[in-house]
Amino acid sequence: MAEKVGIYVCHCGSNIAGTVDVVEVAKWAGENIKDVVVAKDYKFMCSSVGQQMIEEDIKKEGLTRVVVAACSPHLHEKTFRRVCENAGLNPYLMQMTNLREHVSWVHNDKEKATEKAKSLVSASAERVKLQEPLEPMYAEINPVTLVVGGGIAGLQATLELANAGHKVVLVEREPSVGGHMAQLDKTFPTLDCSACILTPKMSEAAQHDNVTLLTYAELEEVGGSIGKFKVKVRQKARYVDFDKCNGCSACVDKCPVGAKARKLAEQKLPVRDADGLIPNYFEEGIGYQGAISIPFPQAVPRVPVIDRDKCTYFKTGKCGVCAKVCPTDAINFDQEDEILEMTVGNIIFATGWKLFDCKKTPQYGYGRLPNVFTNMEFERLVNAAGPTDGNIVLEDGTEPKSVAIIHCVGSRDEEHNVGCSNVCCMAALKLGHLVLEKTNAEVYDFYIDMRTPSKMYEEFYQRLMQEGMHFIRGKVAEVTDAARTPEEEGKLIVQAEDTLAGTQRRIPVDMVVLMGAIEPQADAKEVGLRAGISCNLAGWYTELHPKLDPVATMTDGIFVAGACQGPKDIPASVAQGAAAAARVQGLITKGSVMIEPIAARIIEEECSGCRLCGTLCPYNAISFDEEKKVSRIEPAMCKGCGTCVAACPAAAIIGPHFKNDQISAEIEGVLWDAIADQKEQAEA
Amino acid sequence: MKYAYYPGCSSECNAAAYEISTQAVAKALGFDLIEIEDWNCCGATEYFSQDELTACSVIARNLALVDNDLDQVVASCAACYLNLAKVDKLMAEDSKMSGLINQALAAGSLQYEAGRLQVRHLLDVVCNDFGEEKIRAMVKRPLTGLKVASYYGCQVVRPFKDGDCTEYPMKMDELFKWLGAEIVEWGAKAHCCGGHMTQLSDPDAFELLRRILKNADDNGADIMATMCPMCQLNLDAYQGRVDGMFNTKFRLPVVYFTQLLGYAFGLDTKSLGFGKELVPAEPVLKAKITA
Repeated sequence: MAEKVGIYVCHCGSNIAGTVDVVEVAKWAGENIKDVVVAKDYKFMCSSVGQQMIEEDIKKEGLTRVVVAACSPHLHEKTFRRVCENAGLNPYLMQMTNLREHVSWVHNDKEKATEKAKSLVSASAERVKLQEPLEPMYAEINPVTLVVGGGIAGLQATLELANAGHKVVLVEREPSVGGHMAQLDKTFPTLDCSACILTPKMSEAAQHDNVTLLTYAELEEVGGSIGKFKVKVRQKARYVDFDKCNGCSACVDKCPVGAKARKLAEQKLPVRDADGLIPNYFEEGIGYQGAISIPFPQAVPRVPVIDRDKCTYFKTGKCGVCAKVCPTDAINFDQEDEILEMTVGNIIFATGWKLFDCKKTPQYGYGRLPNVFTNMEFERLVNAAGPTDGNIVLEDGTEPKSVAIIHCVGSRDEEHNVGCSNVCCMAALKLGHLVLEKTNAEVYDFYIDMRTPSKMYEEFYQRLMQEGMHFIRGKVAEVTDAARTPEEEGKLIVQAEDTLAGTQRRIPVDMVVLMGAIEPQADAKEVGLRAGISCNLAGWYTELHPKLDPVATMTDGIFVAGACQGPKDIPASVAQGAAAAARVQGLITKGSVMIEPIAARIIEEECSGCRLCGTLCPYNAISFDEEKKVSRIEPAMCKGCGTCVAACPAAAIIGPHFKNDQISAEIEGVLWDAIADQKEQAEA
Repeated sequence: MKYAYYPGCSSECNAAAYEISTQAVAKALGFDLIEIEDWNCCGATEYFSQDELTACSVIARNLALVDNDLDQVVASCAACYLNLAKVDKLMAEDSKMSGLINQALAAGSLQYEAGRLQVRHLLDVVCNDFGEEKIRAMVKRPLTGLKVASYYGCQVVRPFKDGDCTEYPMKMDELFKWLGAEIVEWGAKAHCCGGHMTQLSDPDAFELLRRILKNADDNGADIMATMCPMCQLNLDAYQGRVDGMFNTKFRLPVVYFTQLLGYAFGLDTKSLGFGKELVPAEPVLKAKITA
């Protein structure tokens, strides 16, 4: 029995109708395509009137197949599938023709565009006749969520979920949660104490009944799919028994390897590259530690970590001072890395950012000239809990009389990062404020453009102008010790073109702060690959939609939050953390998720076990059954891309909705005029 | 290894030491510099300010004269290198200009296809074609104890950075590290030497020279090494007059990098052109090198 096909051509206002003669397309389809019983055009097919028209036609005319020639299926495939479903027609018997993105938006010539539209409608019609009714599948959602990264974005996501009653596993690779925010002294524009607002969240996460906190741990492997990801986490050996340790830090205070570091710390100076000392990552290279350390006093958890490579006991078998002084017998030199395996329903990546290596802009003298600091070093320098007790001092311990802050170091720079790092203008204003508040120094701020686009940010900029910070608009050419005048002797001279005054400025200062670019983590790409998240050219994780779906990714059940998706400040990171948590909660509440019934399947009797499909599958959805010697497809992981279907030498794989005869029919549909010509010639 | 060689005009007069030491080093390292037959002036910076097409055609003639069996052309002079590289690039990017230049060359029955030759500076050849291992192995007289300030000037690192950093180049410094010298970190290493300003205005030119000499001196340099005849001339020949104008007492020998390279290879100082500089270098080498 012949199918009854309905064709619906949308004007999309003038979006399609402006370039395609939609009336002609509908008329032509009705007259020329076989089995078409209805062919209509309408101004907005997605409107309720348009939808109703289709629904009624299905019922009245008994349509068995529907073609909607409108926009991209990304936009309205779901809409028109629902229309079919409402009318009692299996939704997979509807096919969309993309007349907007594929025709009207990319062509100018109305006549040719109309011909192309006819071909595409013909293709859809021929294809849809061979489509089969399909039933969607559902995957259950495991209510446990994995959050990767314990900075502010990850903490927020964790707490949102935990407080909503869901179990969360939070994995952080450093020994403490807190991320970069824990290193900051003040936050802009309100100038509230960063630690004061962050540490409650850190401890709440650690103590929460619903949270399993794994610090000094890294995500190693992600398998499975939404609802039931199987993950492996490496818990690195701390060499300290987590349960026994009471955080008294006696071991840290007595470690002989740290003796010199402790002595140096007494001087309260910002010393970089101290000979033979072990830098503490948290202090950004201006603070040092022993072989056993707690990164900072408010660390969560307050359980030390032994650096195996630096520890005398591990090198020589002697020492063990930490073990001797530990009152709870918590030191365990025999500890080993552990691989923890778990199943989680969703994963949120909040893996953060890293600072640009300021040595890559050697013209600013970082690493070469004294008293040139990165912004993160300076954050520790102004922090009351930092190596100098928050006193802003030069390397020799004296107070600077003048400080220059240089924006856009490694950002907005074609040599390094083209993009804007988003937060540095405001961070520079904040640091400038702290210098003015704590010292008598003059502050010179060299900026390209001052970017203060959020609530109360511009007001903060105005405030700094009132406070007397000097602003010079121009990209700094160099920071040099090459003095030209006696006043410049012994100073760091900052040279820039003042683009507002139209003149070269040379300003001698005592201290320079470089606002380094915010960059993706060094291993962002590699970590992303493990979970099926892609990165853009700059290396930031790609969200599903830059405007309308900013925390989801191309992989269902994997979400991103915070600076791993692009440079952002604390409020934006918190908002994204919460947004990702909300998305996950939605899935957990629903309990299951629909999976498109387009998964490929293997006809076991015809599979030769060559495994070619398994090596090609981009979603790791194909495994090999050793017993039966055949390949097997996990439907929940298959995205129906058709790679295996096309590759199988035995044609043993079927891709429902993308069967060979359907594709062939579609091609024949596109070539309707050539086929018609051929027939004519044959008849003649 | 064989390279076409463009010596440039200064190699025959003020930069004779550069030429002599270049030949000596090439011999020691075992590569052939095959001088382009009937080469002509590169036009320095002046031609370009007159007429671009004429300037380019004059330069392109040198490229067109290179033997067909050679695919790389080396210049030791910074200005020559830049001009040759600039014209090759321009011809590759601008087919109209390339056509006009070839029309001009056709008058002399010549033709040049952009990109046929790789234009390289001698420093790049020494550092990258021979490299650390080979060069270290050839050092017979390490420069231990000698503090060398590498002075890059402008034309080799700008606008083509040639694998180095435009803002704070390090390639020459790396080379001197291989030779055992102590390198001087100094901010003026790529600042302007004034070029031909010495012919126009003493106060302006000498101020630029003073800044460079002072920064090298302040950072403890024993000797300055350059790769540009113009820079060498300015910094060496005018030191006395800079002293006179600013009441300074600079005594900083300024030599070519090839001279120090040859010295470290143990070559005879005469064969490296030492003694042609005005602030004598040899006494400093003898006094400072400890090995």
